[in-house]
Amino acid sequence: MIKSELVARLAEQNPHLYQRDVENIVNAILDTIADALARGDRVELRGFGAFSVKRRDARTGRNPRTGETVSVSQKVVPVFKTGKEMRMRLNGGVDDQVGK
Amino acid sequence: MAGRTVTRADLSEAVYQRVGLSRTESAALVEAVLKELCDCLARGETVKLSSFGSFVVRSKGERIGRNPKTGVEVPIEPRRVLVFKPSNVLKARINGGGEGE
Repeated sequence: MIKSELVARLAEQNPHLYQRDVENIVNAILDTIADALARGDRVELRGFGAFSVKRRDARTGRNPRTGETVSVSQKVVPVFKTGKEMRMRLNGGVDDQVGK
Repeated sequence: MAGRTVTRADLSEAVYQRVGLSRTESAALVEAVLKELCDCLARGETVKLSSFGSFVVRSKGERIGRNPKTGVEVPIEPRRVLVFKPSNVLKARINGGGEGE
């Protein structure tokens, strides 16, 4: 499913809204998540999962094709951790958490 | 880094501010969006959200794991996991830049 299909499905379920409104709703949600991550905040959505950011230190990398060394500067990457309920749904209602 | 946690309530507030629906309806729509995403992924379908990222369901085979505390070997059953691949746009935004690398 891509964003436009998501918007189309929601518009179908909500005939009183314009497709344009539904698009704004989806974008408002995604922008709010992105802005939160840009501030370094965490986004927790029960039943789905949680987004957070992790810092990656600067390192010396290598161009895999040429073998040249390149310096990779410090950066922040977004990470997503699947929530418990979602994990169970993916596995037919059984919690697969390793170690449990 | 701050350490605030953003939740459904904040997403509803953003929808309320931006779209001009009632607070109740904004909350219901945030719920509907999440439900649609979760249902789709539960069916094993990939969800691609342009300029945000994609969610992919991967099937993992069985492997032997080990309880790190006791050292006892335990089989890890085949299972499905959800992975998020952030788009370059999102990565750039989080690093304070404008566009992707």
